[in-house]
Amino acid sequence: MSEAQTFKRSERYTGTAIALHWLIAVLIIGGFWLGWVMTDIHGFTPTKLRYYSWHKWIGVTVFALAWLRVIWRLTHRPPALPAGMPAWQRIASESVHGLLYLLMIVIPASGYLYSSAAGIQVVYLGLFPLPTLIAPDQQWRVVLRLVHIWLNYSLLGLFGLHILGAIKHTVIDRDGLLARMIPFLKS
Amino acid sequence: MSLFTSTNLTSKAVLPKLGSVCVGAAMLLGLAQAAQAQVDPAKSVITAISKQMNVPVTGTFKKFSAEIQFDPAKPAAGHAQFSVDTASYDLGAEDYNEQVRGKDWFDAAHFPSATFTSTAITAAGAGTYSVSGKLTIKGKSVDVVVPVTFKQQGTTQTFDGVVPVKRLQFGIGDGEWKDTSVVADEVQIKFHIVNTAK
Repeated sequence: MSEAQTFKRSERYTGTAIALHWLIAVLIIGGFWLGWVMTDIHGFTPTKLRYYSWHKWIGVTVFALAWLRVIWRLTHRPPALPAGMPAWQRIASESVHGLLYLLMIVIPASGYLYSSAAGIQVVYLGLFPLPTLIAPDQQWRVVLRLVHIWLNYSLLGLFGLHILGAIKHTVIDRDGLLARMIPFLKS
Repeated sequence: MSLFTSTNLTSKAVLPKLGSVCVGAAMLLGLAQAAQAQVDPAKSVITAISKQMNVPVTGTFKKFSAEIQFDPAKPAAGHAQFSVDTASYDLGAEDYNEQVRGKDWFDAAHFPSATFTSTAITAAGAGTYSVSGKLTIKGKSVDVVVPVTFKQQGTTQTFDGVVPVKRLQFGIGDGEWKDTSVVADEVQIKFHIVNTAK
């Protein structure tokens, strides 16, 4: 018996949790990349306007999916962590995951408020006008821009830890932990 | 030569000039109230609302001058003239404003003002008037008919309305901006004008 089979098949995440994890992962990476690129475009170009809109649509989508995911997580117990995991690793894992959940909701919200403060409404997919939550305000605009940026750098750091953890379990521990989150995997 | 002829006025040339002075004086007397009315720039607002990826974006023309002579009892005798400083269009961010002043958009260096001159005013229902006129932006003129809501309170007249225009008719947003999937062709020019008697 290999160590990869340390976890039973029943200890996998649910299909919904797996789908939400990867869908949100792809959206976050795409949204982050767009945000990085669009803010480097000098001046005012059609491409820039398109990227800004797509970035905002992605943010709104992540925000909605993250709430679904939180509700799913609260109503469906995730598979347990490997037995005999040192306490510090358990704490690290739970903190990173907790913060990732938090940022999935707070980052889009900060971007949304930044857009409101800049006086630009968000029209989801170019079809559905969403409410402007705060009035245009130059000072809030500056503050929220910085908040949005720094929350994203924090996300980048946590994402790095998340990946390092995954690598550690795959390469060092070889405990098959990742299989629990890989879609379409048969036992 | 032309200087000489213009100073060497014959009686024939003087008469119509005198006539126009008399008409002018009569208008001043007859429309004393209307003639003294002045557009209050602090209370008046002209904005242009464009749609970027379907997001309504409002910019304000910070500088403009307008002259309106209007008597609701005699709308046909009324007249309106606007001159808007295109360089004063404010989208709320200086880098955007700078771009919009540029060649592809207003080309404010060559076309510093956009104008509207009325040609006819007719009543169109209670408190509403239909103002026809010539709208000139970036050197291109288009005839427009604007429904205007009018209110009078004491000596203060207010005029509200929206002029829907197609930006590409005026060459606003040239080059890569011609793509209307990013910035829609339809732009709404909205105005709230306060005309106060001095």
